[in-house]
Amino acid sequence: MELRSKIPGGPLQEKWDRHKFEMKLVNPANKRKYSVIVVGSGLAGGAAAATLGELGYNVQCFCFQDSPRRAHSIAAQGGINAAKNYQNDGDSIWRLFYDTVKGGDFRAREANVYRLAQISVNIIDQCVAQGVPFAREYGGTLANRSFGGAQVSRTFYARGQTGQQLLLGCYQALERQVAAGTVTMFPRTEMLDLVLVDGVARGIVVRDMVTGAISSHAADAVLLATGGYGNVFYLSTNAKGSNVTASYRAYKRGAAFGNPCYTQIHPTCIPVSGDYQSKLTLMSESLRNDGRVWVPKARGDSRAPGQIPEAERDYYLERKYPSYGNLCPRDIASRAAKEVCDEGRGVGPNGLGVYLDFAAAIGRVGEQKIRERYGNLFEMYQRITDEDPYQVPMRIFPAVHYTMGGLWVDYNLMSTIPGLHVLGEANFSDHGANRLGASALMQGLADGYFVIPYTIGDYLASTPLPRVDTSHAAFRAAEAEVTATTRRLLEIRGARTVDSFHRELGKLMWENCGMARDAAGLRRNLERIPALRAEFWENVNVPGSGAELNQSLEKAGRVADFLEFAELMCLDALHREESCGGHFRSEHQTPDGEARRDDDAFCYVGAWEYQGAGRAPVLHKEMLEFENVHLSTRSYK
Amino acid sequence: MNLTLFVWRQASGTAAGQLVRYEAPDVSPDMSFLEMLDVVNERLTGKGEQPIAFDHDCREGICGSCGLMINGVAHGPMQGTATCQLHMRSFKDGDTIYVEPWRARAFPVLKDLVVDRSAFDRIVAAGGFVGVSTGSAPDGNAIPVPKADADMAMDAAACIGCGACVAACPNASAMLFTAAKVGHLRMLPQGQPERHRRALSMEAQMEAEGFGGCTWHGECQEACPKGISVDWITRLYRDYITATVLQREESTASAAL
Repeated sequence: MELRSKIPGGPLQEKWDRHKFEMKLVNPANKRKYSVIVVGSGLAGGAAAATLGELGYNVQCFCFQDSPRRAHSIAAQGGINAAKNYQNDGDSIWRLFYDTVKGGDFRAREANVYRLAQISVNIIDQCVAQGVPFAREYGGTLANRSFGGAQVSRTFYARGQTGQQLLLGCYQALERQVAAGTVTMFPRTEMLDLVLVDGVARGIVVRDMVTGAISSHAADAVLLATGGYGNVFYLSTNAKGSNVTASYRAYKRGAAFGNPCYTQIHPTCIPVSGDYQSKLTLMSESLRNDGRVWVPKARGDSRAPGQIPEAERDYYLERKYPSYGNLCPRDIASRAAKEVCDEGRGVGPNGLGVYLDFAAAIGRVGEQKIRERYGNLFEMYQRITDEDPYQVPMRIFPAVHYTMGGLWVDYNLMSTIPGLHVLGEANFSDHGANRLGASALMQGLADGYFVIPYTIGDYLASTPLPRVDTSHAAFRAAEAEVTATTRRLLEIRGARTVDSFHRELGKLMWENCGMARDAAGLRRNLERIPALRAEFWENVNVPGSGAELNQSLEKAGRVADFLEFAELMCLDALHREESCGGHFRSEHQTPDGEARRDDDAFCYVGAWEYQGAGRAPVLHKEMLEFENVHLSTRSYK
Repeated sequence: MNLTLFVWRQASGTAAGQLVRYEAPDVSPDMSFLEMLDVVNERLTGKGEQPIAFDHDCREGICGSCGLMINGVAHGPMQGTATCQLHMRSFKDGDTIYVEPWRARAFPVLKDLVVDRSAFDRIVAAGGFVGVSTGSAPDGNAIPVPKADADMAMDAAACIGCGACVAACPNASAMLFTAAKVGHLRMLPQGQPERHRRALSMEAQMEAEGFGGCTWHGECQEACPKGISVDWITRLYRDYITATVLQREESTASAAL
């Protein structure tokens, strides 16, 4: 396997424009002769499916939810970045590019990030035209706010429901194409395998989640936009259905998996309350604009927050990072919270929490203003915890939120399997080792609306694609494998539920491959995960049959993949002997506890190639070159 | 606390269904309603029985997947709250709780508490969009939008498409859902070119799907987890009537040609 990034030549600012001109086009009359499969209907997949439909391609779009409008992009709260500089505060494409490369701790590709910053401005225009009700100023112009890790106000938002509104814009564009007949939608349909014909991605095998029928779909290209793998930790801010299955099965068919160890732990989530906990709820990072993070100075101080005088509080982010304060990037804020809790200064029933306090902001701008900015978030918090954040500080704790790693793609978003393209969170590309707030929505929409519509044309126009339909032996073979795996899961009838395995795996991952990792813990996981997986295949209980709506079976298939994928994550985390972004190795830190990167040894993308069951995957390296932003130690002090 | 549940079990869309009794012991008040069902399901699975099927995904009240009739009330007793955000502290020890799927001809049951809401997608496909293809947008600030209009558009756009309005309506009407989308887009300059056509086509699709008409009970507004007001239905009527007149004038004009 060779990792060819296909970054176009020329100066950074001209690469994408030049590439757009140099790429081949598909004649408008020929577009309908090409068929494209899109798996996933979130911001990346929905935008791609809608746009390719508008262009005239024949699109089949698949999602496991009952409607494309429910993809997990919908839950993003805070906003979307764009280098519009509407606030006249010094923003530019270059600054957004610079911030994103630095925020990603110098582990992303410069050319991709620059393109992302360029496209960001078009995204806002497109969404406004679709009727996305962004927040406005009284004069009628678009409002902005600043967001974690940025010193300019470049974040556009729609109350605390930005992801919802962007997704609905995208979904409506998609439904318009469904009505126009260019897109066929397959909801409640789960992709269970990728099909290659002569080494080229030509289709997928899916399961109809209502009838249980297994079927094949063929096309000229396959796009995966299936999101991240945060649910490997069981507890995360992801939706319950979010899973790694599509990506992982593509990996097993030969797509390299890039940087699986880069996971983002979001600093502001509602703490765990009990063993029954099924997911974690994010409180938007935008709250850190007005909320101050603190813990008591004294260990084990169990007084109510109101009883602790100012002098006995430690506003540790403001203390440690005076220039960014409460707005420092997510990885840094999360680790700092873990540190104070490890010191025994955490708050709440189990000591795993820190305060996010709005008293100062309420005093400064009044409760009404705070209500306008964050009303729905405060309500959500109160509904879950039964505490009123206008009166007492919120309690927050970090939780798994986003995964920067994903299938490796070249500049055209194509994986190492020809014809298989990967978009949005599912690919590894733009965020390096840490994603900045309000950048996920930007990347998903950039990939879907403005990158893949060009690069897919180039692929289709320049690749000989013999006619293939689902009667081909490769489809029959993949269907047989999927059917056999399904049958095997149903025949075990063991003593443990799927969820019990998932929880156990999640705990192992959180403890040994979470916010801080070390070699001993990772090695322990590499022993325990295979044992847990073996037990799963002997002792899991999946009731019901394959020929019906069977939610236990759906979960079992996903957990089976997580049980393999978790090992890959630990392997990657173990090999990366440095700390960078969301990947913090305890062995590699400065005396004052900051991450220590090793640019001489690890300035590369680690992409893993599957070698077959029971055999260690092979690591390939894409060296990263920084020609425009100089490698430096991130400092937010 | 200890609860008794009566849950609607139905093996498939064509099978007959019935309420089945389950005991739910040791329920914590901090659990969400769905987490309570998770615990019941873990126990059923342990006994080799099929767990109760229900739709859910984000569990933070925004994806619109979940939706249960709880003691005859869509999304249960807490106002402005989707089922996944309902916590067990809204109930007390010894309570009996009836859990049923949305009931509407246009939302057929698929299994247990899972219903088919694809009719909503088809209503949106009929016109719930701005017909602007990718790439053809002017600068985001080219058209100023008064803040009050943008805020009102957002009020309507907050709809999560859960279907509680339909489930709560004695006519199983989808008028609030339809009006919310028509209303969101009618408030914005970008939505004006298709404003009247949209009202006609979405309403027509709503009828074609088998939803009932609106007879102004207002149950939808009470059940809506996002607090969407029935005022949007009056605005839909206004657009609908204007559109009908305009359409008549247009067809008369073209007949005269």
